Amino acid sequence: MSLFDHLPILVVLIPLLAAPICSLFRHGIVANRIALAAAWTTFGVAILLLKEILSNGTVRYQLGGWEPPWGIEYRIDILGGYVLLIVTAIAALVLSFARRSIESEIAKRRVAIFYAAFLLCFAGLVGMTITGDAFNVFVFLEISSLSSYALISMGKDRRALSAAFQYLIMGSIGATFILIGIGFLYMMTGTLNMDDMARILPDVAETRAIRVGFAFLTVGFGLKLALFPLHLWLPNAYAYAPSAVSAFLAATATKVAIYCLLRFLLGIFGVGFSLGVMPFDMILIALGCAGILSSSLVAIFQKNVKRMLAYSSVAQVGYIALGIGIATQTGISAAVMHMFNHAMMKGALFMALGAVMYRVGSVRIESFQGLGRQMPMTMAAIAIAGMSLIGIPGTAGFISKWYLVTATLEVGMWPFALLILIGSFMALIYIGRILEAAYFGTAKPGIVVQEAPIGMLVPIWVLVAANIYFGLHTELTAGLANQATAALMEALP
Amino acid sequence: MYNYWLVVFLMMAGFYVVISQGNLVKKVIGLGMFQTSVFILYISMGKVAGGAAPIVTEGVEVYSNPVPHVLMLTAIVVGVATTSVGLALVIRIHEAYGSVEEDDIQLLDNSVDDFQEVDL
Repeated sequence: MSLFDHLPILVVLIPLLAAPICSLFRHGIVANRIALAAAWTTFGVAILLLKEILSNGTVRYQLGGWEPPWGIEYRIDILGGYVLLIVTAIAALVLSFARRSIESEIAKRRVAIFYAAFLLCFAGLVGMTITGDAFNVFVFLEISSLSSYALISMGKDRRALSAAFQYLIMGSIGATFILIGIGFLYMMTGTLNMDDMARILPDVAETRAIRVGFAFLTVGFGLKLALFPLHLWLPNAYAYAPSAVSAFLAATATKVAIYCLLRFLLGIFGVGFSLGVMPFDMILIALGCAGILSSSLVAIFQKNVKRMLAYSSVAQVGYIALGIGIATQTGISAAVMHMFNHAMMKGALFMALGAVMYRVGSVRIESFQGLGRQMPMTMAAIAIAGMSLIGIPGTAGFISKWYLVTATLEVGMWPFALLILIGSFMALIYIGRILEAAYFGTAKPGIVVQEAPIGMLVPIWVLVAANIYFGLHTELTAGLANQATAALMEALP
Repeated sequence: MYNYWLVVFLMMAGFYVVISQGNLVKKVIGLGMFQTSVFILYISMGKVAGGAAPIVTEGVEVYSNPVPHVLMLTAIVVGVATTSVGLALVIRIHEAYGSVEEDDIQLLDNSVDDFQEVDL
């Protein structure tokens, strides 16, 4: 076997090994360089893997040469390949952005440890994406969760500590629920390999143990992906975490959880069972709608902009849940598309807020007064990414919302189409509040704020450009989402 | 089958402690109980009626399933890690707020609206 055959394990190994190396150094700058190198290499490997998947189909890798179902198997299909690509891309961009931001927000002696925790969290998320073993999902989930508790607690504000603790309690309960669910599945199928489970499951689907397992799994993942009303940990955690951490987690953590939920729902249980036999589609639609309305409403009244965008994230998860709940090909592809687009827009927005935090020292709405003239590039980035969040034509956000509205109309649920429009309108209000302060407010006299440094602007604008690019060129995202969803839906009866 | 009842009892007791107690250390203890119940669940399901411990011995035909035991070794490690991160956070919360009672912390959080920096 050449090195090329070992690509699937390399994406996990590189960040996992780089993490302890980072923690050995006392100087933050060395750790920063190592983390950067690891993240960009992983990104490169992810691109190679995707190429391989697109030309030769699903990539399978047997850990230690043990054949499934005895050994752990890594299995990356098209959808997994793209989720992997976006997670590694965001990690590389956020790490490129992070150096100055982290130096100003975290004590010097903790910087190296910060990068170590960041890489561990990254390795966990990558592992969750590519593994084909149900128990392995739990292990990687805990690796990423435990390190994200530590990352959040490094925030400057002391409320970061209580937010991290709250997240630890709710996150652990969620992960334990997932563990119980996997236990029930194992009890009935006798295997941990996801493909194997999917094959055996239809024979035992009519038992109470499987239904109970299904319920535990969905509640557990619901907690991790912040599905309304299980989102209570999210606003504070994102608001008080260091800026780079908010950007990374907002763009990747919930997306990977959604992807895992999709794999369990569609890949193992199958559409017929998850969204037919069990009334999970109705639950998702109801909770999604409640999430969109209530969280958007709460976001409008937030004074802290990071908290505002955190609530907006819960609302976006609502759109995704609604898309999955509609349970048609269009609905699920809309959800998958929104997953990608949301990662791009929230990544850009939270990084831009990090730049504001770096220059101004606060992200309260008052501190945005007059920033439109003082930090034109940063504010333009917020404006464009914000438009994408609202769903204005020409941006990526429009495409996924368009598909979502189409999906609701296809099945004749026009009230939900109206609800999506109302949600977008509310996004217009809260994004409008930031832009109003930035462009029409007047800066306090005597305070001069400089534009963010170029090292911060480049990663932000790469994501902003991606938002526009994928708003104009839909073949890639829409085509892929359709293809991936079709594969998921036909996999099982 | 009584061990499944034990699992349910431990799980609910742990869950109740997490929800009802205001003291953060007690919450961590409750979380530990909650996680421990899952270990028993897995180990119970690995038991094969009449099966011996999964160590190859002459003259033994039926063994219990060793896989759940191995899975639980990993889960125990995760549980210990969760508890230690949780307790570490409690220590830092105590340093920053001077209390480990949820009510006190909420009171302190609500009284300040601006950034309160902890010692860096």
